[in-house]
Amino acid sequence: MKRKYVAILPGVLAMVLLLALACSTEEPTVAPVAAQPTEQMAAPADEQSRLDIIKGRGKVVCAGRTDLAGFGYLDDAGVNQGFDIDLCRAVAAAVFGDASSLEIIPISASERGPTIQAGEVDLLSRNVTWTSTRDAQWGNYTNVMFYDGQGFMTRQDTGFTSAMELDGATVCVTSGTTTELNLADFFRQHGMELDTVVFEDTASVYGAYEEGRCDATTSDKSQLAAIRSGFDDPDAHVILPETISKEPLTPVVAHGDDQWFDLVKTVLYVLINAEELGVTQANVDSMLTSDNIVIRRMLGAEGEFGQSDLGLDKDFAVNVITAVGNYGEIYDRYMGPDGEAFTLPRELNELWSDGGLIYAPPLR
Amino acid sequence: MRWLSFHGIPLWRDVRVLRAAVQIVSAVLAVTIVVFFIDNLFSAADKRGLAMGFGFLSEEAGFPIGESVLAYEEADSFQYAFLAGVVNTLKAALLGIVLATVLGIVVGVARLSNNWLVGKIAGVYVEFFRNIPLLVQLFFWYFGVFLLLPKVRDSIQWPGPVYLNNRGIFFPWGEPSSSFVPWLIVVAGGFVLALAVRAYLARYQDRSGRTAYPNLAALATLILVAAIGCIAVGQSPLSREVPVLGTFNFQGGAHLSPEFMALLVGLVIYTAAFIAEIVRAGIQSVPRGQVEAAKALGLGDMEILVTVVFPQALPVIIPPMISQYLNLTKNSSLAAAIAYPDLFSIGKIMINQAGRAVPVFMLIMAAYLSMSLVYAVIGNLYNRHVRFSRR
Repeated sequence: MKRKYVAILPGVLAMVLLLALACSTEEPTVAPVAAQPTEQMAAPADEQSRLDIIKGRGKVVCAGRTDLAGFGYLDDAGVNQGFDIDLCRAVAAAVFGDASSLEIIPISASERGPTIQAGEVDLLSRNVTWTSTRDAQWGNYTNVMFYDGQGFMTRQDTGFTSAMELDGATVCVTSGTTTELNLADFFRQHGMELDTVVFEDTASVYGAYEEGRCDATTSDKSQLAAIRSGFDDPDAHVILPETISKEPLTPVVAHGDDQWFDLVKTVLYVLINAEELGVTQANVDSMLTSDNIVIRRMLGAEGEFGQSDLGLDKDFAVNVITAVGNYGEIYDRYMGPDGEAFTLPRELNELWSDGGLIYAPPLR
Repeated sequence: MRWLSFHGIPLWRDVRVLRAAVQIVSAVLAVTIVVFFIDNLFSAADKRGLAMGFGFLSEEAGFPIGESVLAYEEADSFQYAFLAGVVNTLKAALLGIVLATVLGIVVGVARLSNNWLVGKIAGVYVEFFRNIPLLVQLFFWYFGVFLLLPKVRDSIQWPGPVYLNNRGIFFPWGEPSSSFVPWLIVVAGGFVLALAVRAYLARYQDRSGRTAYPNLAALATLILVAAIGCIAVGQSPLSREVPVLGTFNFQGGAHLSPEFMALLVGLVIYTAAFIAEIVRAGIQSVPRGQVEAAKALGLGDMEILVTVVFPQALPVIIPPMISQYLNLTKNSSLAAAIAYPDLFSIGKIMINQAGRAVPVFMLIMAAYLSMSLVYAVIGNLYNRHVRFSRR
């Protein structure tokens, strides 16, 4: 007799469960209307602004990389450094006054879109080219941080001087990039034959290129320069002169939170304005008492340029510049004449006042 | 309470009612859970502004594919690119299944060999490859073996115009000429003729008791007809194309890329280790007396294996074998790591270039699922066939 009751038990349990479920979700026509308010009350996280979430969690989460010299790499001590990473640090410094209140998640090129689309990270700062499609699909593009263009690298001993000589070549490339699309366009445009080997991670692309699997490899020229500097014999490789595309590398935030979007842009404007105004990591404290009203306003010593609307402290710019320096200092730290990674002339990335394209709206 | 009983048994004690109730409850539960997750997916996607829908599939893909069985160009649509990926997966998986089966059977039989050395080598092979993750093995084969072959200019030349280098293996191949189709028709006719010859000789053999070699005669008929057809159509049906070193690479003939070879070798060697164990278990499941009886009849070792042991082992071998085939196919999705453009790696590129993660993942899952279901159906049909006819 006892065994029979035991056999009935799961059935009864299931029935109870079913009843419970039937009350909440079984009637699809009624449930959504009824369930919506409770759902929102149950998940107030969706109503919070991105900035509130960040402050609540105590750190900024930034998608970056660890595998590209200059832009995002691990230094000798194993610390994630680089041009792109410094923007993450600047934003963390703006929000918390401390650049180390930061978590960097290294992701691959093809993970960039889904990661920022789903809002998994607060900021994507990982050599992302700004294109119209991505702007519509991925997230909000803040402000161009690095003007780049796509080029080709090939072995010196091929004797090539132009990308037009690559008809029939095998080219190694990273998947899920604009590079991959531009490559196909360029060969199609010029009626040239193309073989590709498409890798998911950047290290494999250059590993295979170095082994001779491909005749050439293609990427943003800054990236090619970075990779070339890491080869055993950099002089055995040449970067061909053609620039086949525009690659405005731009940090991205998720769609749907204007305040956070504006905040990240403003941090970038501070970095650029600081260079224009000659405010550096070394002199930022003395600049608080500068004669220049514009400088005093930027550093929060006088007036207001929107800090409170962005939810930031009045003097956040001081924290930012103390943490990472101005735009030019960041550039030089990694790619300047004595750069830690390699040397790349600024060219398009000079300030507008020096003939480049780096320009930011005034802070007022 | 009388209304709650049937023939005097109360409903909550009636085993038929209880069984039906449990079934209904489980079904409703299962459906509810599935509906809940699907609803959750759509509402979450909606909240985050993720685009759903499959309309984008007809837009231009724009990205290059390293190698493709189908003729693919960048101007083709996303759906065609995906199809090219599916075909690439099938190419690796089907070839892999055939080779893994052959290798697995050889190793499985070798493990039971009376020869100590052969048995031990097979045992070491199985334990070694079965216990290292496949992804690690694929990286080893690709970066550690195929990419370390000589560069194009220093290619190893095998006898004949066959070249091996770190861009793959290049070998001569027949290109169909204008007389290929007529010749194919002649060969099809020859095939029918060969079947007829075989059937006739088999019947003759059965009736007269004299050996008439029906299979051999059928094969000879087919070859003879094909040869006659070749002469009859005048021009050779296949024109031989030989690989020649061009500016960058060998042109002409056929070519297997190192990515494909690394994937194939990795999958075959890994899966064969499991298949070997299945074959061994199958063989050991056949009662010892069967082998002894066969020996007593004077059959040779090979004959015992093929005509006595294997037919009885098959019903034990086939079900786990099907799941190994499924595993091999699913494992081929690791190809992305070594740049072979299978359906998963092309799917991931599509996710990025089209910006639609959820629909593309649904497509990928549907593709693997339908492949697996087809295998399962074919495998189960074959299994039923051997079970009924042999036992």
